[in-house]
Amino acid sequence: MNELVPTHETGPASLAEPIWKIRWKLTRRSLRQNWEIFKESRIGMLGIILIIAFGIFGAMWPIMINTVWDPMVYDPVVGFDPMMMHPSPPSGTHLLGTDPIGRDILAQLMHSTGREFLLGVLSALITVVIGTAVGTAAAYYGGLIDTFFMRIADIILLFPFIPLLVVVGAMVKLSFLPFAIIMGVLGGFGGITIILKAQALSVSVRPYIDAARVAGGSNFHIIVSHIIPNVLPLSFLYMMFSVTSAILSEATLSFFGVLNIDMSWGMMIHTADVAGYLFDFARYWWLWAPAGLAITLFCAAFYMVGRGLDEVVNPRLRKR
Amino acid sequence: MALPAATESKDVILEVSNLSKYYPVNQGFFTRQKSLLHAVDNVSFQVNRGEVLGLVGESGCGKTTTGRLIVRLATPTSGRILIEDTDVAEIKGQDMMEFRQKVQMIFQDPYESLDPRMTIFDIVAEPLNVNGIGTFEEREAQVEEMLSLVGLAPPSAFLFRFPHELSGGQRQRVAIARALVVRPSFVVADEPTSMLDVSIRTGIMKLMAQLREDLGISYLYITHDLAVARYLCDRIAVMYLGKIVELGNSEDIVKRPLHPYTKALISAVPVPDPAIDRPLPNIKGGVSKPIDPKPRCRFYDRCPESADSCAEAENPELRDIGGGHLVACHLL
Repeated sequence: MNELVPTHETGPASLAEPIWKIRWKLTRRSLRQNWEIFKESRIGMLGIILIIAFGIFGAMWPIMINTVWDPMVYDPVVGFDPMMMHPSPPSGTHLLGTDPIGRDILAQLMHSTGREFLLGVLSALITVVIGTAVGTAAAYYGGLIDTFFMRIADIILLFPFIPLLVVVGAMVKLSFLPFAIIMGVLGGFGGITIILKAQALSVSVRPYIDAARVAGGSNFHIIVSHIIPNVLPLSFLYMMFSVTSAILSEATLSFFGVLNIDMSWGMMIHTADVAGYLFDFARYWWLWAPAGLAITLFCAAFYMVGRGLDEVVNPRLRKR
Repeated sequence: MALPAATESKDVILEVSNLSKYYPVNQGFFTRQKSLLHAVDNVSFQVNRGEVLGLVGESGCGKTTTGRLIVRLATPTSGRILIEDTDVAEIKGQDMMEFRQKVQMIFQDPYESLDPRMTIFDIVAEPLNVNGIGTFEEREAQVEEMLSLVGLAPPSAFLFRFPHELSGGQRQRVAIARALVVRPSFVVADEPTSMLDVSIRTGIMKLMAQLREDLGISYLYITHDLAVARYLCDRIAVMYLGKIVELGNSEDIVKRPLHPYTKALISAVPVPDPAIDRPLPNIKGGVSKPIDPKPRCRFYDRCPESADSCAEAENPELRDIGGGHLVACHLL
């Protein structure tokens, strides 16, 4: 009955441009449209501005240390200013003062910014990649796979991992990269999986999934080209929130001094704490306030971007 | 089941025999006895090549389940489905690809059956893509040809649009193009017009009739609308609670309904004449649940003509009462 074999009388490829160019244009258009919606959200824009500000702040570090500052004095870890008593309050030479062992607070703050970005983004990326893959697989295949991963997620959610890491950290000092990976993996198998699984579940019962199956699509094809693209906006949203949680955990663990990280915002507060200056925190405010504020604003910035993205991803939240 | 012997198997494209699909309900830890929902219960029918068979019935009578079983979106509890003499349940691996090209489905809701993140081009080309048909240029030519065939012209104006930029009627045309782009010989159309405005409905129906002529497709047309079925279908099968109660030529069914349920259905179709005085359908009660049904006639509880003997008798079988008109009723 298939005597109507494909005829190519409409001519071969009558597309005006190569296909990748068209797709690129479509992607750009949809990004532009989403940006328009995102711009409407003040809280999201504030977040973006804060992140850019932190970016500039962090990018200034290598410039400062190579041009203005003397590495002997301003090195965040081994620097020492022999010209004054420590900790010294903010002054012309040390804009944010020095810590108990004579290191410049501003230099420490700047030096740490880039690391915090790297830690946050790296662990959030790991979280989202694992969360999306596991959530989608659990939703699509169900059964044993679903039960297995959901119980793991429950355990991670319920188990207090920060205290555990404090105890483990007392024995094995985790350095920067392993810590980012552990936070990413814990996040990926934890709460995010449940949220992304819920989304994947609602996608996988839509009629277009049946339609793809009738078209002859394999399970792999359906997951990769239908379910994941429809879960991805939510993944991206939760990536923002993951950054926040990774930074917070790092700050907490650094504060307890159980990480093998030479300098970070949490480490700065830790330094003040072990030297006993936090007992008189009002007088020695420059020892903890800059780092504390940086942690708060940095986490808030990513959270606010997440809130702004929420309105893009979830049309029901939009004001108009 | 007593069916008239299958006509020449050459002409039969789809043969469904004793097809059943039961879904378990309240399957808890502590409930030992599990109940079964009889979605499709011992159904047999055939579709001849080039024919359109309408499957008519109210919501929940199992017509969509029947369609899903035929395209293997669900596996039957028992019974057999033969499409062009291959058993659908036994298709595996490479044959599956062939089957997917031969049998396609058009879905009810054009707002939900197209992936919102794909362009029209990707949607229509997907069946070609996943089955590895043709080069990119060939696919593109086929997609364009198909789009103009379903009345989306010029195709280039639609290729790189997203579904949300199209109207309901246009989306359903895209869905039809997608189903037909692999040149299937058999298509299950699951209420393709029910979600559309009345004004667009005729356009889609005409298109489907036209495509049947042009491409020689056989349809199983699932609908709850007898008027649509009469317009499009050669034969109509009326389903009630998982059973076919009447099957015959469209005109026969509409003009001379024999089963009490069909009569009630026909009397419910609005007539565009205010002067006509129609008797009220005298059907009792609501739809009964098809969970663990009694073995008697499914329509017994609501039947206006039921005799006492119906209460005791087994469920009636489909019987030929002449001229290919099959009815399942004890009283005939």
